[in-house]
Amino acid sequence: MSLSSPSGRGLRLTSNVVLLLIALTFIAPLVWLVLASFNSRASLSAELPGTPTLRNFTEVLTPALSFVPLWNSFLISAGSALITVVVAILAAYPLSRFKTRFNKPFLYGVLFATGLPITAMMVPVYSLFVRVGLVDSLLGTIFFMAASSLPIAIWMTKNFVDGVPASLEEAAWMDGASSMRTLRSVVVPLMRPGIAVVFIYVFIHSWGNFFIPFVLLLSPANQPAAVSIYTFFGENGAIAYGQLAAYSLVYSIPVLVLYVIISRGVGGPSALAGAVKG
Amino acid sequence: MTSSATTPADHPLRARRTRVLRARKVARSLPLLPSIVLIAIFLLGPIISSFYGSFTNSALTGAAAQNPSFVGFDNYVNLFKSPGFPGAVILTIVFIFGSAVIGQNVVGMLLAALMRSGGSVVSAIVGTAVVAAWVLPEIVSAFAAYAFFSEQGTLNNLLSLVGIDGPNWLFTFPMLSVILANIWRGTAFSMLVYSAALQDVPPEITEAAEMDGASGAKRFFLITVPMIRGSISTNLMLTTLQTLSVFTLIFVMTAGGPGTASTTLPLLAYQEAFKFSQLGYGTAIATILLLVGAVFSFIYIRALKPEVD
Repeated sequence: MSLSSPSGRGLRLTSNVVLLLIALTFIAPLVWLVLASFNSRASLSAELPGTPTLRNFTEVLTPALSFVPLWNSFLISAGSALITVVVAILAAYPLSRFKTRFNKPFLYGVLFATGLPITAMMVPVYSLFVRVGLVDSLLGTIFFMAASSLPIAIWMTKNFVDGVPASLEEAAWMDGASSMRTLRSVVVPLMRPGIAVVFIYVFIHSWGNFFIPFVLLLSPANQPAAVSIYTFFGENGAIAYGQLAAYSLVYSIPVLVLYVIISRGVGGPSALAGAVKG
Repeated sequence: MTSSATTPADHPLRARRTRVLRARKVARSLPLLPSIVLIAIFLLGPIISSFYGSFTNSALTGAAAQNPSFVGFDNYVNLFKSPGFPGAVILTIVFIFGSAVIGQNVVGMLLAALMRSGGSVVSAIVGTAVVAAWVLPEIVSAFAAYAFFSEQGTLNNLLSLVGIDGPNWLFTFPMLSVILANIWRGTAFSMLVYSAALQDVPPEITEAAEMDGASGAKRFFLITVPMIRGSISTNLMLTTLQTLSVFTLIFVMTAGGPGTASTTLPLLAYQEAFKFSQLGYGTAIATILLLVGAVFSFIYIRALKPEVD
């Protein structure tokens, strides 16, 4: 595939043309979202707004319509990400450092659980929550979300702990530090970028999840933006597509920002730190 | 432990040492406890109650809601006798094959391969466009897909440019619409997996084949594909598992309709349990889905086995 050969140049041109066509296809459904959000008389067609306006955004950005749901989204995402990260670090450390008979079955179990369809679990989870009175409880939903992302988080975190050289901890061991203390003062600071990746990963997933809060949370005061957008769609969708698109964009921005941070982070810890600092 | 071989088994010092070692072992495993508790309560609990619940007549309202009674295999017998279930199974298989096994995999592989031969700027543009559909919250991409395929939507606008009067896709071709939408939404994952896999293929090997006069397609199918078949099988398994539990996209776009024309198993389970209050019936469907997921998950970890130690 060298550039100098004529066939290589032809291949490159063909590739570029096909790639651009695919890019256009993938962008097409998103064009409506952006155009409609600035159009006060938006329909389902992607059309340029006569006079671009921010009215859709100002009409949607009210406490009841979006602030409360977005705050709930934040509580659910940050809460479940925090619980997941702490519990995953606690589990990953002994799994990575101490060889016991228990490790292998536990890791296999964790890996197995990452493949289970969470959607299929929502019916039994709902009946369980009814029985223990956790339906419509934010805390219950947060804990379920944390548990459902825990398997993949343990898996990711263990890989990050594996990457921290044990020789650094041995010095702490020599000085008589307990394993929990070593974890806190040596391992955790060294794997901060990895922890950020896991936190953001869980946060993005919880923020974007629709089905879990849709089933578990019933009152509008508790529902996150994903569910309130759907309700809005059902009630006003046919008349207010512009507002629906504006709300969708506002709700998507945090996830897009976090994704940019995390994808820069793949380049290395320093890249992630740089992205966080802005 | 060569020293312990010379020490008598009943030596008090050794007994103390084993006790200390055992205590240390327990202490070291203690941090695993929170994760075990969380998983046991919120994942294992529902799975077990799902298996149990699928053998009862539990419902959300009415007498059965208070005291569900054991009905044996009734839910499963009814399930297989009802016209809705076999149809939903077929639609689920069609959905998984069309959108994941064929759609996302082929498009993802095509993108990964083209990005290697295309320019870096173009590749970055395509990568961003494909990933955008994947990173957006599922409800947002579901709305975007709904608007795209609706009668006055972008797709028909584009078709009218070339003189084609497009149908109402969501009503006329509901399965095709949700399959295309899921390819659009999910291809990024396969693209990322295959891009990483292709990067690990040493260029010398394909170059050697090029010297020997193998055409591009031949090089790709006879050399590159066999070399990354591990990634291919892993990716097939993961996309199948992800697609098996797709709910929101179909729920927003067609709600399983018109009629039951796009009701896959997750939608059927939801409708039976929450719309028709047949919790036991819905739980039976959920249990079957979990079993299918478990089988795929099991095959997947068998394939991944060497990486656990």
